[in-house]
Amino acid sequence: MLLSIKNLHASVNGKEILKGIDLEVNNGEVHAIMGPNGTGKSTLAAVIAGREMFEVTEGRVEYKDKNLLEVPVEERAREGIFLGFQYPVEIPGVSITNFLRTAVNEVRKSRGLDPMSGGEFLKMMEEKKKLVEIHSNLTNRSVNEGFSGGEKKKNEIFQMAMLEPTLAILDETDSGLDIDALKIVANGVNKLRTKENAFIVITHYQRLLEYIIPDFVHVLFEGKIVKSGKKELAIELEAKGYDWIRKENE
Amino acid sequence: MAGESNKILNDFTQTEYKYGFVTEIEMEMAPKGLNEEIIRYISAKKNEPEFLLEFRLKAFRYWLTMKEPHWANIKYPVINFQDIIYYAAPKKKKQIGSLDEVDPELLATFNKLGISLAEQKKLSGVAVDAVMDSISVKTTFTETLSKQGIIFCSFSEAVQKHPDLVKQYMGSVVPYTDNYFGALNSAVFTDGSFCYIPKGVRCPVELSTYFRINAANTGQFERTLIIAEEGSYVSYMEGCTAPQRDEHQLHAAIVEIIAMKDAEVKYSTVQNWYPGNKQGKGGVFNFVTKRGICKGNNSKISWTQVETGSAITWKYPSCILLGDNSVGEFYSVAVTNNQQQADTGTKMTHLGKNTRSTIISKGISAGMGNNSYRGLVRISKNAVNSRNYSQCDSLLLGDQCGAHTFPYIEVGNKSSIVEHEATTSKISEDQLFYCQQRGIGMESAIGLIVNGYAKEVLNKLPMEFAVEAQKLLSISLEGSVG
Repeated sequence: MLLSIKNLHASVNGKEILKGIDLEVNNGEVHAIMGPNGTGKSTLAAVIAGREMFEVTEGRVEYKDKNLLEVPVEERAREGIFLGFQYPVEIPGVSITNFLRTAVNEVRKSRGLDPMSGGEFLKMMEEKKKLVEIHSNLTNRSVNEGFSGGEKKKNEIFQMAMLEPTLAILDETDSGLDIDALKIVANGVNKLRTKENAFIVITHYQRLLEYIIPDFVHVLFEGKIVKSGKKELAIELEAKGYDWIRKENE
Repeated sequence: MAGESNKILNDFTQTEYKYGFVTEIEMEMAPKGLNEEIIRYISAKKNEPEFLLEFRLKAFRYWLTMKEPHWANIKYPVINFQDIIYYAAPKKKKQIGSLDEVDPELLATFNKLGISLAEQKKLSGVAVDAVMDSISVKTTFTETLSKQGIIFCSFSEAVQKHPDLVKQYMGSVVPYTDNYFGALNSAVFTDGSFCYIPKGVRCPVELSTYFRINAANTGQFERTLIIAEEGSYVSYMEGCTAPQRDEHQLHAAIVEIIAMKDAEVKYSTVQNWYPGNKQGKGGVFNFVTKRGICKGNNSKISWTQVETGSAITWKYPSCILLGDNSVGEFYSVAVTNNQQQADTGTKMTHLGKNTRSTIISKGISAGMGNNSYRGLVRISKNAVNSRNYSQCDSLLLGDQCGAHTFPYIEVGNKSSIVEHEATTSKISEDQLFYCQQRGIGMESAIGLIVNGYAKEVLNKLPMEFAVEAQKLLSISLEGSVG
């Protein structure tokens, strides 16, 4: 099992957001997490990534059979956890090339490898750009500076392609995208799927899941996973709306 | 979230100041104190012509009538000017003809600093004039440059070989009456660089100088003079290091630049003087007067500085835009960490028509550092159609440091445009988390973000300096306290 979450409770500023999450993700699987606004989807993503702002008050999270909760953020990343942010932040003056090169080399360093040569790195960038259909000029710019919403999301997928994570959590990667951008993002994700890695796709809408076919769909409601199923659940949810979930959990 | 950011920024250990070592060479020193005798001693030791001794004495007598200024936003203990040695030179055994004859201990020092003169000569094509305390070691490249009529030598050598040029231009941009520390420098200056580019010549190499303050209690009073004749171009780089000391060391320098018609001078500085320890003990006091005059039409002077060292920095590289269409630029990154203080900025004085000036100042405050930008943009009545753009940004790391801005704007005509923008920011926790989530450690993340912040200025540095400057920025922020 790649990721195992048992009875996870987490708070921010003293307010409890996650109220007992259970989730199991195996290698090669795609899990979709859906739910109305404010139910804790992004919080779950942040807690798995290791954001200190959230306090874990109860429960266990195991990744590759080790306790993840004791591991600091950057080490979780080096262990292969990637978070595609819902609102990627801007870092003015830092080019994407420079940013990713630093990241890639720090990961390599943690594995006892030498840093990649400039030439090797640029070659890898060209490969991945083609793979996820990103334009050249995007990568010359500063990280997310002046990017449109769609460009920011594509940039997240590009970074994912460069870092080759084992567990990728995509937090509402589809929000703010038009249908063409959505297809590009979905294609990118699909091309990166292997038997070894796994994806947690957080989304509001069923639409993305027509392109990224999930193995499992979970509905997160008021801090708990209240329903799980296969991809058909997403279609049922689309038809019945979140009120259906609300009524069931009154 | 302030608490969290501070905790994150707190989790460093301070690295030892890398350049804290002393060279054990026989030094020849004047007795402590400042009076006419000492000045005559210095002048005699350097075998100076009469006019220069006169200049020194006039400056000294004037200095005695002046009062030390205290308007800057900095606090420092009282300086006892009598408790300083004003002249220290390594004892030379014989005349230095080539690098082989240079004191091997001296050469070893330069190697430690990372400037092997021989290497420089072979690889980078940069001429190096290495100033060791108050004496300059033989300049390399003199022969190559002199073929084009370019003079690049120590100030002392220029006094001997080109006294007319020195007499004509020295003090023409910064008269000894200008300010307290300028007067002091004019009285006791020991050495520095002299550079003369003849008409129409584009200097083919970056000219560079390294300084060191070595013996205890010696103030460094260097004096640099750069003259760019009509249509010429030169790029000059100044980089400084100093050894670890417990007593404060005074550094009062003067740099004068004269740019004639159609000439351009780029002056770049990377400054890394000992900043004092975490408790604010020791460290260099850097009180500098740097000024350039765009004398001829269409001339241009550009100051670029990366200031990470010194306990106290007090300097305002400035431009007098006399010629019509002349251009003045000031790009600065100033870091104050631990207990450092800086009051720095620029003065752009527009006198000619259609003159332009650009000011980009990036202050970075960390620890309990206090960083002030002080700028004057003065557009005189006759400087019609002139334009200034100023951007002062402050970055605060932690909640104990300070950033202040004191912009002065005086516009004397209706056809000119002055723009001023200012921002204050912190490294956001979101930015740090974003970097960390990509596997980038905290130290590297701060280095990345700060270098990105300072990029606009770093891009103005010559390539050789830009790399050193980036590393310096990251190193100077290690141990930044939240």
